[in-house]
Amino acid sequence: MTFALALEIVLAAVVLTGAVWTIASRETLPAVAGFVAYGLLLALVWVRLGAPDVALTEAAIGSGLTGALLVSAAARLRSSEGPMAVERPDVILRVLAAVLSAAVTTALAISVLLLPDPAPTLATAAAENAAATGLGNPVTNVLMAFRAMDTMLEKIVLLLALVGVWSLAPDRLWGGRPGPRHHADPQGVLAFVARVLPPVGIIVGIYILWTSADHPGGAFQGGTILAAMWLLVMMAGLTDAPPVSERRQRLLLLAGPVVFLIVGLGGLAFGDAFLAYPMAYAKPLILAIEFAMIVTIAVTLGLLVAGPPEREAGS
Amino acid sequence: MSAGTVFGLCAAVAVGLGLYGVITNPQPLRKILAFNLIGSGVFTFFGVVAHRGAAAGFGGDPIPQALVITGIVVAFSATALALALLLRLFQAAGSATLRADAPPSAGSDPAKP
Repeated sequence: MTFALALEIVLAAVVLTGAVWTIASRETLPAVAGFVAYGLLLALVWVRLGAPDVALTEAAIGSGLTGALLVSAAARLRSSEGPMAVERPDVILRVLAAVLSAAVTTALAISVLLLPDPAPTLATAAAENAAATGLGNPVTNVLMAFRAMDTMLEKIVLLLALVGVWSLAPDRLWGGRPGPRHHADPQGVLAFVARVLPPVGIIVGIYILWTSADHPGGAFQGGTILAAMWLLVMMAGLTDAPPVSERRQRLLLLAGPVVFLIVGLGGLAFGDAFLAYPMAYAKPLILAIEFAMIVTIAVTLGLLVAGPPEREAGS
Repeated sequence: MSAGTVFGLCAAVAVGLGLYGVITNPQPLRKILAFNLIGSGVFTFFGVVAHRGAAAGFGGDPIPQALVITGIVVAFSATALALALLLRLFQAAGSATLRADAPPSAGSDPAKP
């Protein structure tokens, strides 16, 4: 057994400890903390699996933003926790659930051990066609060119989720501002960090998008960092979430999908198919889509975490 | 035994743990948390498949990797919507229980007259 393999076994064990803690912990907030730790460690697993782009996404979105959402929801639901403890199912159901879960795990474990060898792969096809876009990062190539339709539809899923969240607002608060107004000590640490960190964070976020042409990174990962900076400034009370009826915000929410659609329809009109980029302009077109997307992603993710309108626009 | 096998087994256990949590934990928030655990286990499983497809000088097959990135973002959207629904239920009903026979509560809905 090599040193690297020993290290990977230890990593897997620590990741699973986080997973067990997430499920077994009696209280919700520690369970959420366990899930965030699990997600961050899982990012290391992704690095070991040769997928640094996925590692960045898992750390930023899977662990970071999901964690922020879960922590705030857990804090709000705290008072409902006590009475629900008695609703725990009886021993028989728990044993049956454990047997079912063990069976599913065993089936998956067997299929891991029986995966075909040599493994089927599209990596060679992706490498052969990389010249068509002029991008060096194969994952960006897949996301923005070979399977661009997935990426465009996923933008629309994000928007639909935001429409769903907003539609949960009570009628009289429609058009209001999301979430509670945050107040923090203007001389405190949070306000200080919220002033110092965003300039750095904004540059890092845009850099992660820019570098994704040839290195790990991308519009999601960069957009998540931008969203985190926005949320930080909002939580420090330095700015307020805009009312959901604001026009400028709506335009920013639409920028990414609209640019994507226009380029896609352009491919239909001037090229071979929907989303077919002409070879000579592939890279500038992809960059245009990505820059429109990073803005939309940052605003959408920030607003999804901020939640449905809870205050009137004037307050 | 390779890195892929180790993390593949790890993913299998994560899915099983998540499934157990979804079934046995009565709190909706914990069910959402457990469901995310199942999701990340499935993504990791797919990551192992991608890793085994490493070729052409790449660390893994880029197509499954890109699909997982899309998957993580979609999972986040679904989680955000689920949590918003749950918080609204709590606001409207005064409790977050999923039991059909739960006693009706006075509620704290600001939208109610």
